[in-house]
Amino acid sequence: MAGVRALGALSRITARRYVLSGKIVLNSFDLSFFLARTHVNYEVKEDVAVIRMNDPNSKVNTLSVRMQNEMIEVFNEVLANDAVHSAVLISSKPGCFIAGADINMIQACNTSEEVTKLSQEGQKMFERIEKSPKPIVAAINGSCLGGGLEFAIACQYRVATKSKKTVLGTPEVMLGLLPGAGGTQRLPKMVGIPGAFDMMLTGRNIKADKAKKMGLVHQLVDPLGPGLKSPEERTIEYLEEVAIQCARGIVHKKILLTKKKGMMQKVQDYVMGIAFVRQQIYKNVNGKVMKMSKGLYPAPLKIIESVKAGLEQGPDSGYLAEAQNFGKLAMTSESNALIGLYHGQVACKKNRFGVPERPVKNLAILGAGLMGAGIAQVTVDKGIHTVLKDTTVEGLSRGQQQVYKGLNDKIKKKAITSFERDSTLSSLTGQLDYSGFEKADMVIEAVFEDINIKHRVIKEVEAVIPPHCIFATNTSALPIKDIAAASMRPEKVIGMHYFSPVDKMQLLEIITTDKTSKDTTASAVAVGLKQGKVIIVVGDGPGFYTTRCLAPMLAEAVRVLQEGVNPKKLDALTTGFGFPVGAATLADEVGIDVAAHVAEDLGKAFGSRFGGGNVDVLKTMVERGFKGRKSGKGCYVYTPGLKSKDVNPDIDDLLEKFKLTPNPSVSSDSDVQYRLVSRFVNEAVMCLQEGILNGPVEGDIGAVFGLGFPPCLGGPFRFVDTFGADKLVEKMRRYEEVYGNHFTPCQLLLDHAKDSNKRFHK
Amino acid sequence: MKWGQPLSLTLLVFSTTLAKPGVKNIVLVEGVRTPFLLSGTTYADLMPHDLARAALQGLLHKTSLPKDAVDYIIYGTVIQEVKTSNVAREASLGAGFSDKIPSHTVTMACISSNVAMTTGVGLITAGQCDTIVAGGVEFMSDVPIRHSRKMRKTMLALNRAKTLGQRLSLIGSIRMAHLTPELPAVAEFSTAETMGHSADRLAAAFGVTRLEQDEFALRSHTLAKQAQDAGLLSDVISFKVPGRDTVAKDNGIRPSSMEQLAKLKPAFIKPHGTVTAANSSFLTDGASAVLIMSEEKALAMGYKPKAYLRDFVFVSQDPKDQLLLGPAYGTPKVLARAGLTMDDIDVFEFHEAFAGQIMANLKALDSDWFAQTYMGRKVKVGAPAMEKFNLWGGSLSLGHPFGATGCRLVTTVAHRLLKEGGQYGLVAACAAGGQGHAMVIEAYPQ
Repeated sequence: MAGVRALGALSRITARRYVLSGKIVLNSFDLSFFLARTHVNYEVKEDVAVIRMNDPNSKVNTLSVRMQNEMIEVFNEVLANDAVHSAVLISSKPGCFIAGADINMIQACNTSEEVTKLSQEGQKMFERIEKSPKPIVAAINGSCLGGGLEFAIACQYRVATKSKKTVLGTPEVMLGLLPGAGGTQRLPKMVGIPGAFDMMLTGRNIKADKAKKMGLVHQLVDPLGPGLKSPEERTIEYLEEVAIQCARGIVHKKILLTKKKGMMQKVQDYVMGIAFVRQQIYKNVNGKVMKMSKGLYPAPLKIIESVKAGLEQGPDSGYLAEAQNFGKLAMTSESNALIGLYHGQVACKKNRFGVPERPVKNLAILGAGLMGAGIAQVTVDKGIHTVLKDTTVEGLSRGQQQVYKGLNDKIKKKAITSFERDSTLSSLTGQLDYSGFEKADMVIEAVFEDINIKHRVIKEVEAVIPPHCIFATNTSALPIKDIAAASMRPEKVIGMHYFSPVDKMQLLEIITTDKTSKDTTASAVAVGLKQGKVIIVVGDGPGFYTTRCLAPMLAEAVRVLQEGVNPKKLDALTTGFGFPVGAATLADEVGIDVAAHVAEDLGKAFGSRFGGGNVDVLKTMVERGFKGRKSGKGCYVYTPGLKSKDVNPDIDDLLEKFKLTPNPSVSSDSDVQYRLVSRFVNEAVMCLQEGILNGPVEGDIGAVFGLGFPPCLGGPFRFVDTFGADKLVEKMRRYEEVYGNHFTPCQLLLDHAKDSNKRFHK
Repeated sequence: MKWGQPLSLTLLVFSTTLAKPGVKNIVLVEGVRTPFLLSGTTYADLMPHDLARAALQGLLHKTSLPKDAVDYIIYGTVIQEVKTSNVAREASLGAGFSDKIPSHTVTMACISSNVAMTTGVGLITAGQCDTIVAGGVEFMSDVPIRHSRKMRKTMLALNRAKTLGQRLSLIGSIRMAHLTPELPAVAEFSTAETMGHSADRLAAAFGVTRLEQDEFALRSHTLAKQAQDAGLLSDVISFKVPGRDTVAKDNGIRPSSMEQLAKLKPAFIKPHGTVTAANSSFLTDGASAVLIMSEEKALAMGYKPKAYLRDFVFVSQDPKDQLLLGPAYGTPKVLARAGLTMDDIDVFEFHEAFAGQIMANLKALDSDWFAQTYMGRKVKVGAPAMEKFNLWGGSLSLGHPFGATGCRLVTTVAHRLLKEGGQYGLVAACAAGGQGHAMVIEAYPQ
């Protein structure tokens, strides 16, 4: 099909041109050459070659080997065609220019040298694009990321649609890599050194209008509405038309590629021209990176290094450094872990339970607390009519205000307009009674964590909802089957465990009992996906997966505190291991009362294995009002408006009462870290062993996205693979000698320790 | 009667009509308007109700209507002067109508006076009234420019301040930022997009080229000039502007050349847009008025009606991407209501907001795909024949006082039907908010 298109394009070239350039005539007889091309094609429109990319096997374009090879072929033909004076590079896919390089291509390499070679090939290709005697205009609609962005910035000119889908960025750092096809060299020249660092070190997506302001694109095109074709199709056509005009404009010198520099730009260039200033910037950025990454992530440092090499020692060194660093990074365990998470996240954004029989159009949420309102906030703007019910006017209006504020903050970030906020809020109904519940397709309860209250609620709700309505319970620890015991239709009962704050935390843990029907699960996953969540579906049991992993780690954290390590030190040890939030701060965030509650419940369910610190430490804290951030005091004292926090001075006496004597043989900083982590990991592996988890991928995703397990380690299962199950077991045995069964490795972990060929991830 | 004019013969006695049993016939007795002037010109020192007053007095004069013979007066306007927010009342009092005649003001962007007329039709149909004066006015030479919200808040608080200290502290709180005024913009509140920007996108969506738009604009100005010179624009009354000259002609008609038009830079989407100042309607001051009556009443009062006002529809769609597609949606709908086809229509008067918008609407009407995808129709109704379309110019050339255009369109259809000898005319217009209107007008047997 694509080959036919190419031939059709050729046939449109007038006879006059055939005569003018014999090469084309010759090529057109070489049929196999054209028919073989499936990813890249071009059409000559008078004097402009329109190069179209379209990967027939995927929803997005990636810079695969195939794509690159065909691109080089096409590029050579365009250069050789005398009738062509300029070119437009455009994607035929509505939401994607090029989403990036093909990760599999990198993962298929076994040595850093191979990856370096890949990088150098990319560099070479883009260098040819950059030095092309015929100007090339990149026409960008949809995601232009990673290698796609590097391709675009190698072109002479960039036009982008102002569509919400159009984003530009260099997300390589999030995969533990760097922009390895000239990005570290071209970006600083294009958007300035600070701007380039910001882009490459955060990996954040840049919208079209911001990209224009930064100088990343030259011109913007508005997305079009209905016309004589579908809006998406016509918008791409329009973009192409404008890009062709630009290409001709450049050839005819109506558009100048060297823009006149403004005063600010001149000053900035002058300042950046001073070596000392640049050194200060490198130092500053380096310091910031070290502070934030604790040195656990090599990619940001290599990015700085590559940029520096190019700016200080010239392009040859710069490109070489970029390629070599790219090769090195691709072989790191951190990159491997991050890429694993990326794949896992993609997998957890799919509904493996199929399409639900009835899509949820009306959702009712019980309880307008932090959780309930948070769930409403992520639901109401997804085209689902949302009812938020509470028992008091005060509770309800607090919840409604939370939803309003969440949307209003998006206006400040220019993500939505005030009109969109208003029309979104029109899908939210706040109420105190059960009116309208007869239309609900799903009810999510987010009431207080007390089995009796949950039972009362489920009975009340089931009296008013229609037979098809699903009852989802948002609980962090109560077993779903216990809650479902009060239900008349347990097949419609499911657990949906959201994480606080709901609008920020990506994870949703869905819990099914053995009675939950497949359609109920499919429906819950569908709602979660609509809400933008990354979803793991786990089996029922006390604490399910996430809470169950967290509990022993927190128990250990309490013991560590009792042993005289102060909260600040405990936080430093955990963040030093890669957790984004320290253990003491995490406990404050979750709420000491919740932690106490969970510790007690799970302690009862799992027995002495869940011991460690004394639960009474938490209980006493709660008694004295130290419930964590929400009460202003916990392990720390929180002053509204202040970001820094001091250790709660009263906590010392309290801990003094429960003081334990540390055993020096297992109390080094490293040992404390591994005591915390090994209990977490062991419990995760046990969840897989018991069938709570469907597989290690969901286990890793749940731990990283829900609990902040160090992303550089890729989750508990990848950690075991990388660190070695045998080494972990060895450490645990040592702690077991001191603390007993808290550290007894589970059978599956022992199996992996025995046989080093056994790995959770292939 | 010569054979060369068989058309007028058949049209004198129409074999069919849109009259419906049990439904009152409503007629347009007369329609007038002030000359439409570029804003900031001769009308600059007036107020909106002055213009409306002039139109009303012109109507009274032309019809010799007794000043107490009207049951109700309705005016349409868009940008309201705060002092005369019910401009209908101020204008009717000022025009010397009896103070016993109730008047109200309606607003629906560029189809405001259409709403004024159809409101009148409703009142007559409902048996409430027999004689209605409807009209529209827009005055863009002066628009309400407000203090910033912060400043307004401070000033209102100042009103309530009791002590000198409170007042001083409030005055002291005024910053430079408070002094930035708020200007009204021809932009959608819901999308914050200006209308010209939306028109440019619409033109692009339908693949309307710059050339097509310039050609249409040139056509509009050329036809308007011809009509003006031929004295066809008989609805225009002359108006002695206090302190200025008497105005008797529209002053925005400027037939130019394609070369001149091609020189202009795009006004909204830069640099690749296609909508320019020359192929858009311009900011205009003007007012219009019509006398609408039940047929019985008109005949009883000895009037010779000009036309029947028949079926009409209001439509609305997405204010972002279909802002100006009102005619494309309204036309098929009103034809279906009236049981007519495009071929039955002899006179088309479409509101020309932008040349690109007109061309887009014509393309939409002529597209099966558009009809099927967006209007739920099986086939298109087809585009109007250009030889029947806006033959005396349009909003692009005559001018477009937002609130007043609707009455001009209806009166023009009536006059063209009389002049050209057709039976049915169709008015269609778009309006901000993604709304639209269409009305079928039937010639009154002469």
